[in-house]
Amino acid sequence: MRQIHAQDIAAIVKELCVKANFELPADVRAALQAAYHREEQASRQVLDDLLQNATIAAEREAALCQDTGMVVAFVELGQAVQIVGGLLTDAINEGVRQAYREQPFRHSIVQDPLFRTNTGDNTPAVVHLRLVEGEKCKITVAPKGFGSENMSRVYMLNPAQGWEGVEERVLATVQEAGPNPCPPLIVGIGLGGTMEKAVLLAKEALFRPLGESNPDPRYAALEASLLQAINASGIGPGGIGGRTTALAVHINSYPTHIAGLPLAINLQCHSCRHQTAVL
Amino acid sequence: MQHRLTTPLLPTIRKELTAGDTCLLSGEIYTARDAAHARLVAAIERGEELPLSLQDALVYYVGPCRPAPGRVIGAAGPTTSGRVDVYTPTLLRLGLAGTIGKGKRSPEVKAAMLAHGAVYFAATGGAGALLARSVVASELLLYPDLGTEAVYRLLVKDLPLLVAIDCQGNDIYELGPQRYRDK
Repeated sequence: MRQIHAQDIAAIVKELCVKANFELPADVRAALQAAYHREEQASRQVLDDLLQNATIAAEREAALCQDTGMVVAFVELGQAVQIVGGLLTDAINEGVRQAYREQPFRHSIVQDPLFRTNTGDNTPAVVHLRLVEGEKCKITVAPKGFGSENMSRVYMLNPAQGWEGVEERVLATVQEAGPNPCPPLIVGIGLGGTMEKAVLLAKEALFRPLGESNPDPRYAALEASLLQAINASGIGPGGIGGRTTALAVHINSYPTHIAGLPLAINLQCHSCRHQTAVL
Repeated sequence: MQHRLTTPLLPTIRKELTAGDTCLLSGEIYTARDAAHARLVAAIERGEELPLSLQDALVYYVGPCRPAPGRVIGAAGPTTSGRVDVYTPTLLRLGLAGTIGKGKRSPEVKAAMLAHGAVYFAATGGAGALLARSVVASELLLYPDLGTEAVYRLLVKDLPLLVAIDCQGNDIYELGPQRYRDK
């Protein structure tokens, strides 16, 4: 059995938090660049601002966005790994704490949703753990901004509503959100499972590399047609009108109950920050 | 059309702005977001005198990051304006010239803007590092216990903005998407 020390997990989480907040992933940057060429006038200016912003942030003058997010950590832990020297969750929070104290990042987390005192170090993170085969530990860290999180939605559809019902709710969600979630968006959709499973599927869909479709060709086709419909809304970059309301639609699905069609729509702003490392 | 604007932003200047125009703003502006708005409006409702003048002033909805060493401010992009819609008409009644943020405003805010000749500017959401470059000085003014949500007085130079809703009620978040819908 391989041992991984909690300190090493904290150190890597810290590194990932820092990198995520300063460096826009290359696939997101490329997608914004491609959108820049599709747009004109004011909406092109928005994309120009975002591309310049990524360059300035990479030089570490400032974080990509002042909303340095609530940290979501996805951990794929090999079953043959034993974590020693502390708890996994504590180690992740320690990494977050160090990153957000040492770097010029905003502390956006309050201790309680009703009794709102800032925790002062951006902890705790939201941790999702999955046990997998092997003796590695893969960690993805994603600082999630709340402009887009606030506009995300969950629906428990009737199976009779089918794809039409899904499409209608996704389009309504994007339309209602308008400029608020900072388009161009990445639209993560979770279909199936139970309510919480659908939400998790939607969140994970945000971290699929841009340009990669669902491996099931039926879903790949649905993703493409939904992207087209979303972009026909005209909302555009910054919501001020344009051709690019979303950069991608990613659907993740899971078996579900005969009586249900759970749908989660997790909107992600263009500042799609996530970094992964394997220990 | 592009405008060079300075604060205080007088009514005569406000009237010349049209939704969709770009602006470079210089001068002093105040920051405030959710928690600061709640306190300001509570103070106004108690009849207290505010320690800042809102007459022809601009409020920027921002909760900036702390500055990196040697810098004035950290990332300083706009937050979603709609969350403070419930407070905005009160501030407009006290002479506020306008607001800076991102995203849609409520019908109540739009009506109050029309009544008071106020303007709503959009800054590019998610361009916090870029926008921070236009902030040349920052001074903590009110509610230090609120941290990033405290009220700061910022001195800005050539802050790039878009007129989102003008004094006549034209709204770029409606007009802009209409031009592109189903095309």
